[in-house]
Amino acid sequence: MSRSTPPLASRGPRASAPPFPRWAPWAFTAPFLILFLLFTLWPLAQSLLLSFQQTFGPKSTAFVGWSNFRFLLHDPLFWQALRNTALYTVGAVFVQLPVALGLALLLNHPAVRGRAIFRLIFFAPSLVGLVFVGIMFAQIFQKRTGLLNAGLHALLPSWDPEFAWLDEHVMPSLLLASVWLYAGFNMIYFLAALQNVNRELLDAAQLDGAGPWARFRHIVLPEIRPVAAFVVLLSVIGSFQLFELPWVLLDNSAGPANRGLTVVMYLYQTGFLVGDLGYASAIGWLLGLLLVGAAIAQMRLNRREEN
Amino acid sequence: MRRLALVPLYAALVTFAVLTLIPFAWMLTSSLKSQHDFFTSFFLPRGDGFLGVAWDRLTLVNFRRLFSEFPLGRAMLNSFFLASVTSSLATLACAMGGYGLAKFNFRGRTALTWLVLGALIVPGSLLIAPGYQLLWQFGLLNSYAGLILPALAPAFGVFLFRQAMLNTVPNELLESARIDGAGEFRIFFTIVIPLVRPMIGAFLMITFLGAWNNFIGPQIVLHQPEVLPLSVTINNLRGLYATDYGLIMSGTLVSIAPVMCLFLLLQREFISGLTSGAVKG
Repeated sequence: MSRSTPPLASRGPRASAPPFPRWAPWAFTAPFLILFLLFTLWPLAQSLLLSFQQTFGPKSTAFVGWSNFRFLLHDPLFWQALRNTALYTVGAVFVQLPVALGLALLLNHPAVRGRAIFRLIFFAPSLVGLVFVGIMFAQIFQKRTGLLNAGLHALLPSWDPEFAWLDEHVMPSLLLASVWLYAGFNMIYFLAALQNVNRELLDAAQLDGAGPWARFRHIVLPEIRPVAAFVVLLSVIGSFQLFELPWVLLDNSAGPANRGLTVVMYLYQTGFLVGDLGYASAIGWLLGLLLVGAAIAQMRLNRREEN
Repeated sequence: MRRLALVPLYAALVTFAVLTLIPFAWMLTSSLKSQHDFFTSFFLPRGDGFLGVAWDRLTLVNFRRLFSEFPLGRAMLNSFFLASVTSSLATLACAMGGYGLAKFNFRGRTALTWLVLGALIVPGSLLIAPGYQLLWQFGLLNSYAGLILPALAPAFGVFLFRQAMLNTVPNELLESARIDGAGEFRIFFTIVIPLVRPMIGAFLMITFLGAWNNFIGPQIVLHQPEVLPLSVTINNLRGLYATDYGLIMSGTLVSIAPVMCLFLLLQREFISGLTSGAVKG
């Protein structure tokens, strides 16, 4: 970037520059400000109100106090949704992110040729929208005709070609699809962080006899910690909002016995299929509080590890 | 010896690359096969053509059906319209907002910056229900405006542009332009925008992808079949023709090919813009 553009010498001292007109900063921030007030802040306040109401479609409402929240805490479907969502989040952080970091470490090896083409291939799935991933993988996971069962059966004849990925093993299926979809995306962040690691320090440590794990643990990991914390937080927030992928994968449903029900899917079902926007808002607020809690917990944890 | 050490490295990379590409290859070959060949072969139908593949059995019939029997051409136009309008206007609004926060010292700047940061953590799903009610009140349900307007000023975009402009736009340049008598908007469009060009490219791409792949939004806001974008149209198509695998796969292929091409054109700017905020931050 042309950061070095010099100030023109023939101009007078800096103090003589005319000040910007007072309206200028407001004119530039106005589009954001107006749209933010209208489409974020106002609905946010509305949703707080709505969460204390029972509604039938957008037209009729009745104030019901805390009963939405009370009902929510004893709603077995909500707890099932929360359990599924938490399980998926754990999978995203402990399976998908390590795969992403592994890919980045492989690609960052100084001797690798063709880095650009590998990076392009690994990144390509993140361009595919969740709906399209859902449709593709719904076919791949099919019992007999799906690529996964047919391929596994061809490689290992003992594999059951009727293995019911989308009936009894919804969470592993979701995790597989999400590794395919997101690992390459998160790899980009790890790769950028790894490129800042001091190569000379690594070489010196190797000469001193430090093995690959010791070098990773004591030199690489401390250096990439801030980016890793950022990626973990993004993954947790993203995973908690999981909806479209299982919804499409399970053919516009929560799957058999609600095995693929997630919190946002439950919000969508109660708000738009049942028509109770009030209950849906209560679910949304509980989810929002959980996310803020997760963000604060993660920042605390990170600060403690840094000290 | 060092060469030999590279073998497992490449083996791992190539394995992952193949695993990543298999679903794409499967989609491509499925879309070119008849229903019969779909069930009898993994990828390409076996025969006695070149490389043992029956090339003459491949067919474009799925694609032809897609555009003649179903409103896929219209859906594609709808997607293009929605994604290009949303991405260009959102990029403009976010670049302006970021510039206002990064390069002007004014009362209220700190408060506005905190507002943007706070908006970053509002989960989108929280806004679905009240947003629907709001659109209903404004009479914007079943209109493109109802889909485009709420997506025009994402806080993370304002924040990204603020971060980029803090460092890459020198204050001296803005001051000397003011001495020369340039207007504020002229300064923005002729000096500031060219300086953050890579960020503009990356953000255009991000917002285009977001609008193109948006599924819940159009599913909730739009009701008439002829205005639906590809994401909802393909999902509806699958609901009706679930076992017509070749047709579904060709529809999916047609839906993701345009964004793939766009990405290949913009990839360098996209990846550098994507990570600039995270690493320099």
